Amino acid sequence: MAIDTAPPVTTAGPTPPARTVDPPEPRRFGIGRAFAWAFMVLVIAGSLFPFYWMLRTALSSNNALYAGSDSLLPVQPSWGGFERVFGLQSGQEAIDAGGAGQPIDFWRYLFNSVVVSTLVTVGQVFFSAMAAYAFARLEWKHREKWFAFFLGGLMIPAIFTLLPNFVLIKQLGLVDTLLGIALPSMLMTPFAVFFLRQFFLGISKEVEEAALIDGASKVRVFFRLILPMSTAPIATLAILTYISVWNEYFWALMVSYTDKSRVLTVALGVFKSQTPQTGPDWAGLMAATLVAALPMLLLFMVFAKRIVNSIGFSGIK
Amino acid sequence: MALSATTRPDRTPPAKKRDDTRLALLFIAPALIGFLVFMVWPTLRGIYLSFTKFNLLTPPEFNGLDNYVRMVQDPVFWNSMRVTVYYVFVNIVLQTVIALVIAVLMQRLTRRTWLRGAVLTPYLVSNVVAAMVFLWILDYQLGIGNTLIAALGMDRIPFLSSDAWVIPTIAAINVWRHVGYTALLIFAGLQTIPETMYEAGRMDGASEPRMFRSITVPLLRPVLALVLIITVVGSFQVFDTVAIATRGGPVDSSRVLQYYIYDVAFGRFQFGYASAMSVALLLVLVIITFVQYRVTRADSSDLN
Repeated sequence: MAIDTAPPVTTAGPTPPARTVDPPEPRRFGIGRAFAWAFMVLVIAGSLFPFYWMLRTALSSNNALYAGSDSLLPVQPSWGGFERVFGLQSGQEAIDAGGAGQPIDFWRYLFNSVVVSTLVTVGQVFFSAMAAYAFARLEWKHREKWFAFFLGGLMIPAIFTLLPNFVLIKQLGLVDTLLGIALPSMLMTPFAVFFLRQFFLGISKEVEEAALIDGASKVRVFFRLILPMSTAPIATLAILTYISVWNEYFWALMVSYTDKSRVLTVALGVFKSQTPQTGPDWAGLMAATLVAALPMLLLFMVFAKRIVNSIGFSGIK
Repeated sequence: MALSATTRPDRTPPAKKRDDTRLALLFIAPALIGFLVFMVWPTLRGIYLSFTKFNLLTPPEFNGLDNYVRMVQDPVFWNSMRVTVYYVFVNIVLQTVIALVIAVLMQRLTRRTWLRGAVLTPYLVSNVVAAMVFLWILDYQLGIGNTLIAALGMDRIPFLSSDAWVIPTIAAINVWRHVGYTALLIFAGLQTIPETMYEAGRMDGASEPRMFRSITVPLLRPVLALVLIITVVGSFQVFDTVAIATRGGPVDSSRVLQYYIYDVAFGRFQFGYASAMSVALLLVLVIITFVQYRVTRADSSDLN
């Protein structure tokens, strides 16, 4: 359902990526290499500078930003921006500091985002794994036809199903609920099924046969053998799913109307529209932006290697 | 694992009846329900709704081709289509060129994970976050971007508030978020080119640019083709950045198709007309994917 249809194209496997030992890098010095490095430094600076700028602005006093727009460090350092984001300032105090003065509580949105992302990730990965097992290992009629039908789903741009899905969620009475946001992607995505099936197909059949001969049921084989053997691809898939659900905006915007179901992305948009149109509360806005971005940045710090290595082509349709 | 591999003679091995149909149905049931209810049914329903008048409160009324006739005559629709295509063009050209350069340089300079991590970082945050931070950085009066431009003695640029700059700016913001991801996809493609090819090239005294032209580009073609299909389809669905940064303005100069569809559906409750435009977008995407696939011969490789 993410706006970027690019499926998390992924290399599976419990083994680390094929190339652990890089061929020796050419160590010639030359004008070309210097230019190349200069370009890379520019790219890295461009990628990371906005994050620093969020932090610098969030820690500034909003009213001082006007005078100190060229300062590279926080202007009149203050926690005010964060206090407004978490509703710790009284209305008048917030207005004096340049904020909107409306009560706002980002803990609530943080909680909502965690609930939705967790529901979708756990449901989607688990149910997709079950289906993938049926497609990879169980013997049943028309298995390949059903699988092709599932794969056909990859052809439908996520965005096309949003409007009709909204109508459906409304009919189910789930508008403005967390379940309403989570439900459409909680049960499967064609990509997750495809991705896990690829991996299950690669698991040696012999271990499985041994367990079956031993009297274990296929259900037991799935839970006690297949799942434990697949923790690496399942973890990768789960992390990527979590990130894309966390960052989803359009669908959540359709479904949520009140604080009850607002997730961070939606709340950020609302917070932005509340800020005074002339002279926005940039310190508060950047504090909110940082709060919305931080959980994924922390997740990235922990799983950087896994996430970076997961982007590849061996799993592409 | 609780399963021991010892054979128990008292138990006969399972007979050769290898039919798990009942179990399989149980296993695919949740995914199948999800697939039918939230993908297949909405797709059919979306097409059906495009032939109706539907305001969400009363049941849809069939009205034939009315929505499509209206669409063809709607100047705002055509403007949205034009704006969207312009956005996709700027976005894809910028993104693909920069990503290709980054990928090749990573391949030739260093393959350290930290470098790949650094360029991927923007991809980890939402489009909303990206739009917010650039709204601030590019602010006309106070943004550091314009402060820098003014300090260099140039005129400040109304990045998000002039109709000439708004689409290139939105395209660039989305390049910032996605270019690292695209670069890593291309980088992964580069890894499939055997190092021996470059060694052979070097033996023959080929320069780096020459090797790029004669080895990298032709062998990377299938990967680039797939990357292009994925990114173009994604690019056509642009919404978040516009919704946060410009709300379609100034006037209609950044009213991309998806934003117009949203506006018609949720601002005016014309779900039938919105569905018709969604179908149009779907058709465009299908055609583009098909054409790209054929033109770039994405399914064949020159590696053999």
